Amino acid sequence: MQKKPLTGAGASAEAMRQVNPDVVAAYPITPQTPIMEAFAQFVNDGKVSTELIRVESEHSAMSAVIGASSAGARAMTATSSVGLALMFEVVNAASGMRLPIVMPVVNRALSSPINIHCDHSDTMACRDAGWIQLYSENAQEAYDNMFLAQRLSEHPEILLPTMVMQDGFITSHSVEPVEVLDDETAKKFIGEYNPEHSLILSKKPVTFGALQLFDYYFETKRQQELAMDNVWRFYYSIAEELSQLTGRQYPMVEPYYTEDAKVILVALNSAASTIKAVVNKLRKQGKKAGLLKIRLFRPFPYSEVNQHLKGARHIGVFDRSYSFGANSPVLSEIKNALFEAESPPKVQGYIFGLGGRDLLESDIENVFEELFEGKSTQDKKYIGLRG
Amino acid sequence: MKKNWMEIPKGGLIVDTNTSLGNKTGDWRSLKPEFIPEKCIHCMKCVFYCPEACIPVTSGEHPKRLETNFDYCKGCGICAKACPKNAIIMKEEEKD
Repeated sequence: MQKKPLTGAGASAEAMRQVNPDVVAAYPITPQTPIMEAFAQFVNDGKVSTELIRVESEHSAMSAVIGASSAGARAMTATSSVGLALMFEVVNAASGMRLPIVMPVVNRALSSPINIHCDHSDTMACRDAGWIQLYSENAQEAYDNMFLAQRLSEHPEILLPTMVMQDGFITSHSVEPVEVLDDETAKKFIGEYNPEHSLILSKKPVTFGALQLFDYYFETKRQQELAMDNVWRFYYSIAEELSQLTGRQYPMVEPYYTEDAKVILVALNSAASTIKAVVNKLRKQGKKAGLLKIRLFRPFPYSEVNQHLKGARHIGVFDRSYSFGANSPVLSEIKNALFEAESPPKVQGYIFGLGGRDLLESDIENVFEELFEGKSTQDKKYIGLRG
Repeated sequence: MKKNWMEIPKGGLIVDTNTSLGNKTGDWRSLKPEFIPEKCIHCMKCVFYCPEACIPVTSGEHPKRLETNFDYCKGCGICAKACPKNAIIMKEEEKD
């Protein structure tokens, strides 16, 4: 293991180099582009044996990757924002055909207004697309989660595609020290991929993507739900195996001073880092503040979340996206997780950081302060919104 | 007997060959082509135009078309449109 100075995008590319996928198809989009730039360099320099396909759109990128994966290849792509939105039709086809595609997604706001900066509206719009979703706090997690993703996706009892998220620019373009596995260790952890069925490798002919109407469609969808359930069964053994190599832990949700906390904030991706800094500060002042960071958003770990949050008095849920006219995506899940708790804590939703709006430590201190004072409402609150 | 959700291959895959032999799609039909052999000149237009390839023909130098295979005919009526001799007429499928 060695430490390298890498951006979040560089960390994703480094993981992709070590996975050495058979096929990668991608279309450039900010802020994902540096992942593919770095990976294309690896291809050019002969560091990987990947067939890199340059396509004319993200819809084509995902379609090409689906074709390659059906053929029995390890296949990857990467995208952001409206690129993911353009893929959406075939994003669902990938999970429906049970293809273990791994895709880093660098979170960026959806149009309109057009915006290149971070929020989570792109991947939250895909939360029901049947993909496993892993969110990464920093470049190190963007790297580590790629390995979790590969093993989860290819597990024969799971066989679902995985998106690995990181925050656009905040993580993707910032250089951090990242501990990188030795190539051999990484290769051993990933292992060989031997699909049971494939268009090329199978001895018996097989058809992918055939029509199913009212006779079998429902049954096929039910199997996808079973595959999601199987993520619970196999997640911790895979995570433990990775921990043995890295010395880092990979809980589905990461508790940070939650045990005795009176107020716990819930966040995904880089906001968790900023909140940790504030929790440290408040703890020094003797305030019982905590954070619960969600790594695994699909399938959603309801019981783990319930376990960590039920003892607190107030929960503040940070959403970097909207579900217009409804509870925002993370808030909705947290409320679901706490619904059956005996005396559930009060839950306050906060919308923050849309289109790359900064989240400041002082903002988080204010949130903690109002929740310690018990000022919790049924309405959404906004962080950093003018007026 | 249709299989339950735990018995079918994952991802809607078809892992056997020749499954169309067991999967007879003719029951989609609401119109049925009636073939009038006396009018037929065996020009083979209906055979070539049939999108389901379900009009059998005899072998040999001068092949003759035979009765439509109703296990697969979906009643699209293309054969009737293509026929230059009105030897095929579309009729309402009889209810069972």
